[in-house]
Amino acid sequence: MREIELVVIGGGPAGLAAAVAAWEEGVRDLLILEREESLGGILNQCIHNGFGLHMFKEELTGPEYAQRYIDQVHERNIPYLCGTMVLDLSPGRVVTAVNREGMLQLKAKSVVLAMGCRERPKGALNIPGDRPVGVYTAGTAQKFVNLDGYMPGRKVVILGSGDIGLIMARRMTLEGAEVSAVVELMPYSGGLTRNIVQCLDDYDIPLKLSHTVTRVVGRDRLEGVEVSAVDENRVPIAGSEEYIPCDTMLLSVGLLPENELSRAAAVELSPVTGGAVVGESLQTNIEGVFACGNVLHVHDLVDFVSEESAAAGRHAARYIHGAAWHAGDGVPVVAENGVRYTVPFQIHPGRVEESVDIRFRVENVYRGHCIAVYFDGERVFRRKARILTPGEMETVTLPRKVFESHPQTRKITVRIEKE
Amino acid sequence: MIRHITCIRCPMGCYLTVRLEEGKEPDVFGNQCRLGVQYARTECTNPTRMLTSTVRLENARQLAMAPVKSAAPLPKHRVMECARALKNIRVRPPLRVSDIIVENICNTGVDIICTRDIADNNERAGMAFGQNNPTQKVRKRNEV
Repeated sequence: MREIELVVIGGGPAGLAAAVAAWEEGVRDLLILEREESLGGILNQCIHNGFGLHMFKEELTGPEYAQRYIDQVHERNIPYLCGTMVLDLSPGRVVTAVNREGMLQLKAKSVVLAMGCRERPKGALNIPGDRPVGVYTAGTAQKFVNLDGYMPGRKVVILGSGDIGLIMARRMTLEGAEVSAVVELMPYSGGLTRNIVQCLDDYDIPLKLSHTVTRVVGRDRLEGVEVSAVDENRVPIAGSEEYIPCDTMLLSVGLLPENELSRAAAVELSPVTGGAVVGESLQTNIEGVFACGNVLHVHDLVDFVSEESAAAGRHAARYIHGAAWHAGDGVPVVAENGVRYTVPFQIHPGRVEESVDIRFRVENVYRGHCIAVYFDGERVFRRKARILTPGEMETVTLPRKVFESHPQTRKITVRIEKE
Repeated sequence: MIRHITCIRCPMGCYLTVRLEEGKEPDVFGNQCRLGVQYARTECTNPTRMLTSTVRLENARQLAMAPVKSAAPLPKHRVMECARALKNIRVRPPLRVSDIIVENICNTGVDIICTRDIADNNERAGMAFGQNNPTQKVRKRNEV
């Protein structure tokens, strides 16, 4: 079996950034494994713009952003295999993959998990009705339209107002479809305001908040959907049903980190994020196995995926070059009072280099509040935030000196407080 | 005339009221910062939007469409017209980011440009153009 220093599983923005960063730290015996026929990951189908504002100070489309990193991989001659599906990762870091040439197995000194996420499927929703053709997840429709050149249908209803749903509302309209409504269960949209304006308002597409689809109508092909209002407990209100004729329903109802391989490797996962439980170096509970990007926690901005993944790549390189990092332990980072989760979940103060980025999401919309970080009982960081929403991931950067000046800390807390 | 718009310059999403009068700069209310004023003025007098779409590849194999964008923002009211104009265009690889696909779309003065490198055999789209890609060696020697 071939031995290798680093395997990066996934050639999307996370895997590309991690591989480049590892290479920059001196790792040369590395390999990116990508199951699609091209590098670039989900960015290849995200043909809209808005990417790269932080990283490149430009507004790029998804493919352009991906191309920046693909170019870096090519410039450095970093080896990669496309059309190669990783089928298994063992706790001993043996990677088993298959492609047209056959099967390959690699015993890796270090692995970076960068498999991204997938969409919550329609089967999970249990909407009553037959199972006609015409119901797709928004990302599937995006692939059909943007990569394969097919129109999934002409009269569309979209369930879910996350960014993917909003983007597809516009995309389908630009390709000549009629989008009758975007239906959102919650009383607020999960997507960016910019997308509400430029994808819905611009095209006069109604957004029905506090509504859901309660019936799918059509035997062979979708004919229409029944949409109902919901109450404060998100239970459909009898008598509020409205029938909307359509031939296509797109579902934008959540993204799930794709961790089958992580489970196979006995990587500990968080029930809140769906991704690995990691420390400050983004190492999982399995030594030498690191996670980054959407497989770790679902991001909104690819710029932060690149930042996070570069850190994972750097740390994988350190591990390869001899850093003795035993998994586990570390000071726990606790999310409370409005903070839904934090990544990392624990921090070993002795391993902090210049600083640590703590990324997190809030549970609700907060206006005029502060982000606060406590080391045991003492507040060490406070930042006012005009607005905090579940749809925008936040970052707190703690410099090394904060850890040095609080050596006996037993617990780090991140919370939201009123001003 | 009074118009109401949502500002998109930051996640606050301030609800802006804009008073438009002939010959005067629009008055903006409801903003919590300067960015909102500028956004509201432009949005009410000369709204523009970027167009991002796809164009069909001839000889489509694994990839059927080339992603494209307008090289600059278009007048908002002309976006659908320009999107429709792309329907019957066909392009052939090889293509590189920023290659011009359509010059001066619908006489707007704005070009439509490519946003992805697409290799000429359109098969291994992730492979470099004519570079000696070291993965070739690894591919042929899948060790079991």
